[in-house]
Formats: sequence, structure tokens, C-alpha cells
Amino acid sequence: MRNTWDGDVHLPLLIEALGKTGYMVSLTLLIGGLLGLALGLALYATRQGSLLPNRAVFAALNVIVNIVRPIPFIILIAAVQPLTVLLTGGYIGTERAVIPLAIATMFGFSRIVEQNLVTIEPGVIEAARASGAGPWRILGTLVIPEALGPLILGFTFVFVAVIDMTAVAGIVGGGGLGNFAISYGFQRYNTEVVWVAVIVIIVLVQLVQLLGNWLARKALRR
Amino acid sequence: MAAIVELHGVTKQYRVDGKDVTALDGIDITVERGEIFAIIGYSGAGKSTLVRLVNGLERATSGRIVVDGTDVSGFTERQFLRVRTGIGMIFQRFNLFRSRTVAGNVAYPLRVAGWPKAKRDARVAELLDFVGLLDRAYSYPDQLSGGQQQRVGIARALATNPSIVLADEATSALDPETTQDVLDLLRKVNRELGVTVIVITHEMEVVRSIADRVAVLDSGRKIEEGSVYEVFAHPRTDTAKRFVSSVVHNEPDAGDLERLQGRHEGRIVTARVGEDGRLGTVLSDVARHGVRFEILFGGIGALQQRAFGSLTLELTGSDAGVDAVIAELRAITEVKEENR
Repeated sequence: MRNTWDGDVHLPLLIEALGKTGYMVSLTLLIGGLLGLALGLALYATRQGSLLPNRAVFAALNVIVNIVRPIPFIILIAAVQPLTVLLTGGYIGTERAVIPLAIATMFGFSRIVEQNLVTIEPGVIEAARASGAGPWRILGTLVIPEALGPLILGFTFVFVAVIDMTAVAGIVGGGGLGNFAISYGFQRYNTEVVWVAVIVIIVLVQLVQLLGNWLARKALRR
Repeated sequence: MAAIVELHGVTKQYRVDGKDVTALDGIDITVERGEIFAIIGYSGAGKSTLVRLVNGLERATSGRIVVDGTDVSGFTERQFLRVRTGIGMIFQRFNLFRSRTVAGNVAYPLRVAGWPKAKRDARVAELLDFVGLLDRAYSYPDQLSGGQQQRVGIARALATNPSIVLADEATSALDPETTQDVLDLLRKVNRELGVTVIVITHEMEVVRSIADRVAVLDSGRKIEEGSVYEVFAHPRTDTAKRFVSSVVHNEPDAGDLERLQGRHEGRIVTARVGEDGRLGTVLSDVARHGVRFEILFGGIGALQQRAFGSLTLELTGSDAGVDAVIAELRAITEVKEENR
């Protein structure tokens, strides 16, 4: 085999890899994003002086996030393997790779959510309380819209990080662009294939970032 | 008149770094239905805490609080939600929801109170018309000036037809002209809608301009209370005197007196100008006692639609003649002879 890009061989593989990356990223962002949003809201709501202050719950959540978040993703895959097996009966495959991906995304995104929510002016929350709104209603109707712009930017950041992480998912048979670059490029001394994969990833990241910026601008109206 | 808000022996303590700090100390205040009641004090006097006890945003450590006939002292947060629907609140920094339009901000308390959409829309239009911002319904708060934002704040506070509005330093972030507009609007809220307004401020000008009665708060204690006229005319405490002198300077202070006494030979008296306006009648006739007068200092304005001010006079003549004039003045108003 020649060590150059061969459209006939590589293009179908690239398209398949792109599809798998898209699939993993979407599923991860859906599951991890929602769970991360919930966890971030919980962190925000239970901190002292917030809407549902609860020292014990906040401390517990805080410790869990601090434990999980610094684990390098490649190690997290191994660490959650028993959980993956428990939930899905195995640990190899694109869908199964989503479980460690979603967990990493959830914990990473939760901090971003929390950090953006604490910047909401306390006076705005007080005004909602003064109009008779309870804490759950305020969490449900006001807190997210008030921080929507920064939340979209934070989510975009996570989006890009997930594309990065899916490259590693190849080691548990996740497939995707990263796996394509490693298997058909790097391991076969085919630098051109590596570079094509890199360019596709760069374009993908750029598009996501542009979309995120555009949405955030709309949310912030500036 | 009937009481709408009563505080009886209300105390509030915070725990800061393991020490109890007393923010409010045995406060008794009764606000009558339909009046504008001002609470004035320097920052840190406890006035923001005090007003938040009324709608339960803060809880008293001890004492009894009655709102609209209901003792809310032991109310839980859930019980307070209903109370708050009947109490509007406006804030120094407006605290509008930036993610919502002007109409969305005003509609929020109505959503909370469960109004159906058609009723809500009609009410929002009515309120925006009342505050003069109907044409800005679909603007966002950051597209409005400070004064306009506070108008939105007032419309939002009035949304659910509350019987009480709490105004926490509502004009402190505004320039003088806009301040007057917002105060006028608050007066209109009070007079036209019959809403009781409780105003928290550190500006005596606000008190003079709209309040009926005022309480002076100092280090968590109520040190003075009365009608605005009374407190302006007879401030009893140094704090109240300082507040009064921040807006009226009708009476000469020590420096003014020294200067006046250096230049004038006669006896110097300060006479209060009351409602009856008979000061001139007496003065026009002092020649009868062989006494001449000169006006040295003073000012006359209006306070709560009543004449308010004082004149400092030099009286020259025989001691007996001047004594006679002072006696005549004392018969119609308060007179203070400035010491030599």
C-alpha cells in the first residue's frame, strides 16, 4: 500500500468515520449535556445563600465533581468500564463509548454551568422572589435564560472538547475520525491520511465554534 | 386610618464569624393604609433589612410582624409566596430580567400568580400605559435609560394589584431630574391607585418630596418618627437634624451666627414661619415699640402643602421695646433668641 491519500480507499472510510464521530458527539452532548446542566444547576442551587441552600448536598456534589473531573479521559474509559458493562453488557463499540464520553462531558459541563450561573446578579433572583416565585420556578424559568449567552459559549467549548475526546474512543472500538487517523494514517506511516483527518476535524471545530458564537450573540443581543 | 403593616419589637441578628451582630433592635413601626411612609437612615442603619422583613425576603429573629391584618411572623417560605403576590418591590439597581422584554418583565409576576394569557396581556398593556412605556413593550432592559428601567420596575411591582409597594432606594442610582420623574410616578401610584408605599432612602430630599410620615433609623434603632412636617420642623435627634439640614438651610448655623453677630449690633432672633403667615403683620408694627428690624437670614418654602421656613431678624431698640416685640412674635410662632 502506498503511503499517500488514496480517494478510492480512504474516502469511504473517512465518511464512515465522520458519521461515527457525528453520532458519538451528538449522543454524548445530548446525554452528557443534559446531565451536566442538571448537575450544574444543583451545584448552583445548593450553595450557601442560593435558592435551595443545602450544605451537605453541595459539599457531596462538589467533592464528586472534583474527583471525576481531573481524571484523564483515557483512564476514565478504563475506570468506568465495569459500569459500561453493567449498563450495556459489554464495552466495545460506538454506542458503548458514549458512556465514558457522557460521564466526562457531564462533569466538565457541570462546572461551566455552575460558574456561569453564579454570575447572575443576586438582585435579579431577589426580584423574582419578591414577585412570589418559588425556588423551583426561578430555577426553571429564570436562571437559565438569564445566563443563556455564556451557557451557549460554555456548551460550545464542551462540544469541541468532546470531538477531541472521541478521538480517544477508538481504543474501545468507538471508531470515528481520531480512530481513522490513527489506524489508517499514523500506524501505517501514511502522513497524508493523518493530515486529511486533522483538516476535517479543524473544519468541524471551526463550524461548531462559529455556530456557538452566533447563537450566543443572538442570546446576548450584542 | 387602619394599619397595613405593623412591626412590634422586631429584632434581627446575623451571625458573622461566630459573633452575633444586631442589625435591627426592637423596632416598632406602624404604617397606615394609603400613606407614603419613608424610612431614612445612613447606609448600614438596617433599613434594607427592615423593609425585607415585610415581604419575608429576610426573617426577624424576634418580634411580631403583621401585614394586611395577617400575622406573618412565623410564616414559612411557602406561606410567604402568597403574601409576596400582594406586595410589589422596586430596587435601587432596578433588577430587571435582562433575558426578557419590557412586557416579559411586567408579565412575570402575573405568570407566577397564574393569570391566563389574555388577561395577562391586557394587564401588561395597561401597566405600560400607566408608566408611559407602551411603545417600549418589546425592547430589552439594556436598551432603556435608567429612568425608563425604573419605570419598568414600577410597572412590574404593580402587576398583581398589590396593596403595598416597597421601594428600596428606588432613586439612588438616578440623576436628579430622573429622580423627580420617578418620585412623581410613585406619588401617582399612591394617589391614583391607593397603594401604600414604603420608601427606604438615605436622601432627605426623597422624604421631603413624597413622604407623609417618616421614621429615622440609626444603628438598627428607630430614633425618631412622625409626620414629615413635624420631623422637619422639630428634629429631636442629631441624626434627624443632620438629615433635615442636608436639604433645608433656613436657620443660621454656628458659623453663620458668628458672622451675623460680628456685623450687627441689635439682638438677633429666629422666628419660624408657619402656615398662618402673620409674621409680617407683627413686624409691620414694631415701630410702635420704637424698634426697627432687619432680615438677616432665612428661607421659606412649602412642605406637605404647608408653608415651612424661618427668618432670622435683627431687632434694634430699647431692651424693653425689643422684649415687647419678641413677646408679640412668641404669641404667634416659635421664636429663638440667638445667644450673644
